[in-house]
Amino acid sequence: MCCLLIVIIIINEGINKGFIVAAEMINSLFLISHTGDIFLEKHWKSVISRSVCDYFFEAKEKAGDLENVPPILQTPHHYLISVYRGKLFFLSVVQTEVPPLFVVEFLHRVADTFQDYFGECSETVIKDNVVIVYELLEEMLDNGFPLATESNVLMEMIRPPTILRSVVNTLTGGSNVGEKLPTGQLSIIPWRRAGVKYTNNEAYFDVIEEIDAIVDKSGTTVFAEIQGVVEACVKLSGMPDLTLSFMNPRLLDDVSFHPCVRFKRWEADRVLSFIPPDGNFRLMSYHVSSQNLVAIPVYVKQNISFLETGSCGRLEITIGPKQTMGKTVEALMVTIHMPKSVLSVNLTATQGSYTYDLTTKALIWTIGKLNPQKLPNLRGSLSMQSGVPKPEENPSINLDLKIQQLAISGLKVSRLDMYGEKYKPFKGVKYLTKAGKFQVRT
Amino acid sequence: MTAMQKLLQLPVNAVNIVKTVQSQVQGQEEDKSPVLSPDSGQQTWYNALQPDELRHLRSGGSGGGGGGGGGGGDQDERAALEEGGGGGGSFQTQPLRHDDLKEMLDSNKDSLKLEAMKRIVAMIARGKNASDLFPAVVKNVACKNIEVKKLVYVYLVRYAEEQQDLALLSISTFQRGLKDPNQLIRASALRVLSSIRVTIIVPIMMLAIKEAASDMSPYVRKTAAHAIPKLYSLDPEQKDQLIEVIEKLLADKTTLVAGSVVMAFEEVCPERIDLIHKNYRKLCNLLIDVEEWGQVVIINMLTRYARTQFLNPNINESLLEEGSGGDKTFYGSDEDEDEDDDEKEKEKKAEAAAMAKRKPYVMDPDHRLLLRNTKPLLQSRNAAVVMAVAQLYFHLAPKAEVGVIAKALVRLLRSHSEVQFVVLQNVATMTIKRRGMFEPYLKSFYIRSTDPTQIKVLKLEVLTNLANETNISTILREFQTYIKSMDKDFVAATIQAIGRCATNIGEVRDTCLNGLVQLLSNRDELVVAESVVVIKKLLQMQPEKHSDIIKHMAKLTDNIQVPMARASILWLIGEYCEHVPKIAPDVLRKMAKSFTNEEDIVKLQIINLAAKLYLTNSKQTKLLTQYVLNLAKYDQNYDIRDRARFIRQLIVPTEKSGALSKYAKKLFLALKPAPVLESPFKDRDHFQLGSLSHLLNAKAGGYQELPDWPEAAPDPSVRNVEVPEWTKCSSREKRKEKKVEKPFYSDSEGESGPTESADSESDSATASDSRSGSEESGSGSESESEEDSESEEEEEEKKSKKKELKKPVQESESEQSSEEEDRKPEKKSKQQKSDSESESDEDEESESESSPSESEDSESEAEVKKKKKVAESKPPSKPVKKEKKEMSLLDLDDFEPAPSPQVTPVNTLLSNSLVTDLEGLSLSDSVLSPATIAPSSALKNYELLHRITGEGLTVEYCFSRQPFSPDANMVAVQLQFTNNSSSDTKSLHMEDVKLQSGMRVKEFPEIELLPAGETASAVMGIDFCDSTQAANFQLCTHTKKFFVSIQPPVGELMRTVFLTENEFKKEQGQLMGMNEITEKLTLDARCRNEHAIVQRVTAAANLSRVPCGSDKECRFAGRTVTSSSLVLVTVATREEGAAQLTVNCEKMVIGTMLVKDILLALTQ
Repeated sequence: MCCLLIVIIIINEGINKGFIVAAEMINSLFLISHTGDIFLEKHWKSVISRSVCDYFFEAKEKAGDLENVPPILQTPHHYLISVYRGKLFFLSVVQTEVPPLFVVEFLHRVADTFQDYFGECSETVIKDNVVIVYELLEEMLDNGFPLATESNVLMEMIRPPTILRSVVNTLTGGSNVGEKLPTGQLSIIPWRRAGVKYTNNEAYFDVIEEIDAIVDKSGTTVFAEIQGVVEACVKLSGMPDLTLSFMNPRLLDDVSFHPCVRFKRWEADRVLSFIPPDGNFRLMSYHVSSQNLVAIPVYVKQNISFLETGSCGRLEITIGPKQTMGKTVEALMVTIHMPKSVLSVNLTATQGSYTYDLTTKALIWTIGKLNPQKLPNLRGSLSMQSGVPKPEENPSINLDLKIQQLAISGLKVSRLDMYGEKYKPFKGVKYLTKAGKFQVRT
Repeated sequence: MTAMQKLLQLPVNAVNIVKTVQSQVQGQEEDKSPVLSPDSGQQTWYNALQPDELRHLRSGGSGGGGGGGGGGGDQDERAALEEGGGGGGSFQTQPLRHDDLKEMLDSNKDSLKLEAMKRIVAMIARGKNASDLFPAVVKNVACKNIEVKKLVYVYLVRYAEEQQDLALLSISTFQRGLKDPNQLIRASALRVLSSIRVTIIVPIMMLAIKEAASDMSPYVRKTAAHAIPKLYSLDPEQKDQLIEVIEKLLADKTTLVAGSVVMAFEEVCPERIDLIHKNYRKLCNLLIDVEEWGQVVIINMLTRYARTQFLNPNINESLLEEGSGGDKTFYGSDEDEDEDDDEKEKEKKAEAAAMAKRKPYVMDPDHRLLLRNTKPLLQSRNAAVVMAVAQLYFHLAPKAEVGVIAKALVRLLRSHSEVQFVVLQNVATMTIKRRGMFEPYLKSFYIRSTDPTQIKVLKLEVLTNLANETNISTILREFQTYIKSMDKDFVAATIQAIGRCATNIGEVRDTCLNGLVQLLSNRDELVVAESVVVIKKLLQMQPEKHSDIIKHMAKLTDNIQVPMARASILWLIGEYCEHVPKIAPDVLRKMAKSFTNEEDIVKLQIINLAAKLYLTNSKQTKLLTQYVLNLAKYDQNYDIRDRARFIRQLIVPTEKSGALSKYAKKLFLALKPAPVLESPFKDRDHFQLGSLSHLLNAKAGGYQELPDWPEAAPDPSVRNVEVPEWTKCSSREKRKEKKVEKPFYSDSEGESGPTESADSESDSATASDSRSGSEESGSGSESESEEDSESEEEEEEKKSKKKELKKPVQESESEQSSEEEDRKPEKKSKQQKSDSESESDEDEESESESSPSESEDSESEAEVKKKKKVAESKPPSKPVKKEKKEMSLLDLDDFEPAPSPQVTPVNTLLSNSLVTDLEGLSLSDSVLSPATIAPSSALKNYELLHRITGEGLTVEYCFSRQPFSPDANMVAVQLQFTNNSSSDTKSLHMEDVKLQSGMRVKEFPEIELLPAGETASAVMGIDFCDSTQAANFQLCTHTKKFFVSIQPPVGELMRTVFLTENEFKKEQGQLMGMNEITEKLTLDARCRNEHAIVQRVTAAANLSRVPCGSDKECRFAGRTVTSSSLVLVTVATREEGAAQLTVNCEKMVIGTMLVKDILLALTQ
């Protein structure tokens, strides 16, 4: 407590004396593996010793669970803002007031960029491409302020590695840094690079909807909503101007767009009009109006009980189709986080297979396709630690599922038009429904 | 465990210390040592990247027997070998490795250099010290290979601070880079130069920034904006000069620059709010097109700005709430969406009496503009932008409108957990002030067992804040589920939440209490303890009703071990011992027994209980109390000893005891107010939401307080952008005054150059799309944003306004909405300016209005052209009149004097846009008789298509040197088609335009028919972007296509500008140094008089003569068409035909080329 007070006094004094606090948004970035190894550091201003991370390690220790590490920490001279992605901590150091979301969002953008570049965002991949990573970070921030964060632009300046190219590079001594100067920053449209050429012009749109739901013990829906995204993969030459319209745009309640979408057109005509970035991007995300009842595709019949005596418990789960709109439910998976006192499980599944992780206490039952004629069932006994009182709460059941060729909200793309270019593109739309945060309380 | 952790950390820290304290050698050793560097696996990575040649290079050193070897990769091995097999440890091997890097850096092969740089950068990335390589690296700063160069830059930025002297070696390279014709090289040179934190180069940086701030490329200007804070943190003394640069950049109209310059503003001079006034509306209108990060900064700055400039929209809140249910929409002036006007009127009347007491609140149109233009950004994909808009609405919007942000914030809850964390903190604060806003989204805050604990607790906080009589039963049902959670911290938080609900909502207090009492029998002690603490607080509110609960709790003392809970129970029993007269002494008895084993807080409460019982029931408890006090007297804790001594004196009457003991009862058994269970988020909103300070609930360094609303609104007219006087003057025909006013324009407007905004590719979308109505608009930028900025109904309104404006001005003014009431007196006083004023008063219209009006212009022009085709050329006076009527709607952006060579003083006084419009009209009128537009000096004709290649069609073109009316940034090119063949040529038009990036073309209208032997002409416009790149396109007839190209001589890339001698000198003074190019020459024999010189220079370049006192000098001035940079030319004549030519131009490339051209013109 005392320490904290002193800290505040020092800071206040600093302000009163009017001394200039080094002014920048993000001062340094440390990449830290989940085991606590700092394997990359980048400073955009004067170097800050990596010992600041000790405060973070302390908090990490205290939090226990990696997900529970507070994203924002105050230390005597710095503020630490971190995000946890792909078993990595992106820890940034700031010295002055800055909107925390600004930093958080930026760090996630960095992680997204790594993903775009290397296919995944993990410690190994970053270590393998340390020079590219470092160059990317150099381009993405100037003096701590974001400079180029669109991967379309970045990819022109720093080329992503490909297997072929790395072979060529070792032979010729070339590298992944762009030889030609980029023009992206200066193209009329900041998110699209100029001079895109494809032999096959294609535009694919995936409408992906996720059902978030909480179902209570008795099977009644406590809360359910549909969140959707339209992911696009556009490989079109030149400067295509696309218009995507929906059959039933009124379904959409709340939307957020990629910067390329003309908001005004949406307001007026409920169509998405945009000049797309090149490649993969998320065109929009939406929330389906809550007036519409959400169809819950499956029901779960469950009975989990822990017996007072004999230190064991019973478990029985059956899953059946509810409102599937005539489609097949696929990739069905059940995850249950068991109480700590459950030592092992002895179950039989009529379909699929299950695993029980002793350390995380996670029971995962992979079912696959749901067959309405023969409902999948998992039953058996749980053996508990003896001498420990039975758990208060039954663990909740998390569901995963997929339904192909269906947007559960009923949203339909009616047409896609292209202006500005003469060729005929190949167009495709795919629908997919998934379970989002789908939880059944027991 | 923490200690352990620290211990484990120690090596890293210790190494860091060692690194700084000890010599470099040892520092390097650390780099090397496989023991200290935790993952030597990295070395294999190096190996993977090593090219073959490198290995050869190394194997040269081999030969000796393997000494130490084996450490890991062949790095170690080799190092050991070179050493000659001696048993040397890593101490000596280290320098060798760097030697080899140095060797690679010194080699001639780029691939080796690159390899070395890669390894060095990898070292830096891992936090290893590579500073001793500085001399070797810095040599490569001028390396031709762009890849090597980039990495060298990376290195420099990292180590220059530590090696200042050596870093200076690289400066000249960057200085050269600053003058490079490629904007990206200029930008990156500035970026690196400004990132080198070496104080000695401050003046150089200052110069570079100033120069870059007026660069033609917006990207370079953006970099300049970025460099400002860097320089400022390096040398705060430069503040004043930097503010000047910021001021200049703030006037920039490109979206690319806007975000960066506001960031610089925020970091250098956030207190200079006055700099924003003039740019306020522009920033609001540009906002939607600014990149995401810039949006956040601008929105936050504008929030602060609005707090100082506008009135609190909720100022009459209290007054209203007694009235019509607190709905305050009718305040929001006519712009409020979905408002029924009639209803508004009625409401207004009804409230009139109440309102009469106070001055009615009228929202400043600029305030409204801000709210309206930020709203679409709630749809941004960037959480930071959404949050910024949300806080803006929370702090600035009328209460009734704040609700719009709820949906967007709830959406963010789907995002990453860190985003959730921050958003929930802010939502928690908001829900205290504006509960209703989030009520419809109650269920979105329901908690899942998979949420991280910190998220759960925050959601719980929000749910608690949202609880009211109507939803409490649902919320309590949810809480019931939560109480069974496995996450005990979360359960504890839930119990507290229940307690808070119970205190806030009287109806459910008993239910909650009963529920909590049930929890007392929970198996988990933490749950019980937390319940006890909460119950204690609840009981304090109405103890008499709940003696059985107190009894129940008294029993718990046998089981509960959590000190806080025990202490709470004891306090309760002591406080309400009258309700449990029988049990209380018994509890004390038990406690006395276990006194010595209790925790301190429990001991204190035992003493407390004893004292209270002694005072109320001394018969039964006297001895017990004595006993407890005696135990306490010898306790280890001095607090407890003190307390015991104090209490003994107070309650046990002795002859010595003072006056206080009389009041012992009052002291101990006073009625204590029930505690208020408050949210920890209460009153947090005095911090600006979304800020770090708000999140920490403590002021962070550099936090700018959100100012309170002003009592009275500051003068809103400060935001009026200067309305060009020409409107007034030309309409009033006061032409004589013009000359006096002239300097005013060129100084204030000319330099910052509104047209500068349109000088590059990225702008072409913003500025010109709306103009070139027929063109397919390239992107959804400006033309969109302008539309966005207006709600639909407003557009209609605007249309009607426009109509009105076409009527006499006064009339329209009288119809202005009530929003302008407060300004009316002021206006009347300035009736002269009335039309210009009224325009800027209409909130954003001064800017955005321009585009509709412009498009109208081009429409009208199109009309004219159509008519022309019917071969009815109108008398020029007619369109002029028409234009004048609409003058107040003209685009102010183009306000820039640009007389054409033959322009009379009258013309120079008209605004550029007017001139262009006039001339555009006259051009289209006179296409059939090109002679009318021929300027004073004969224009040079160029051939576009030869008769033979054109198969009978000849096309010649000349640069007509007229402003191109549809787009002032384009150079007008007049084409003359002659059909020499025997057949008619049909549908002459152009196609497939191929341009360098950024360039634009406005095609000439299709010529439907060119009969044999006839001649026709047409005008097209090309924006060359101030470069001499050719515009390539195809000229098509109904049968053929011809590839043609137009390449402008540099002299045609400018337009004339009128300057006085003084202005000329002043401008010239500012364009010294690199911007000045001087050449000596010998004049051609035929060209030794003034007249000839003027003629030749004006023929070579589109410049106008500047009056000059001396007859030895001829001066000329112009501006480049796209970026409107000044071009000043001086020809000083000496004896014998010797002369000196001086060209001053910001654009060095243009300057250099112009010198060549003029030189040629004068010497031949």
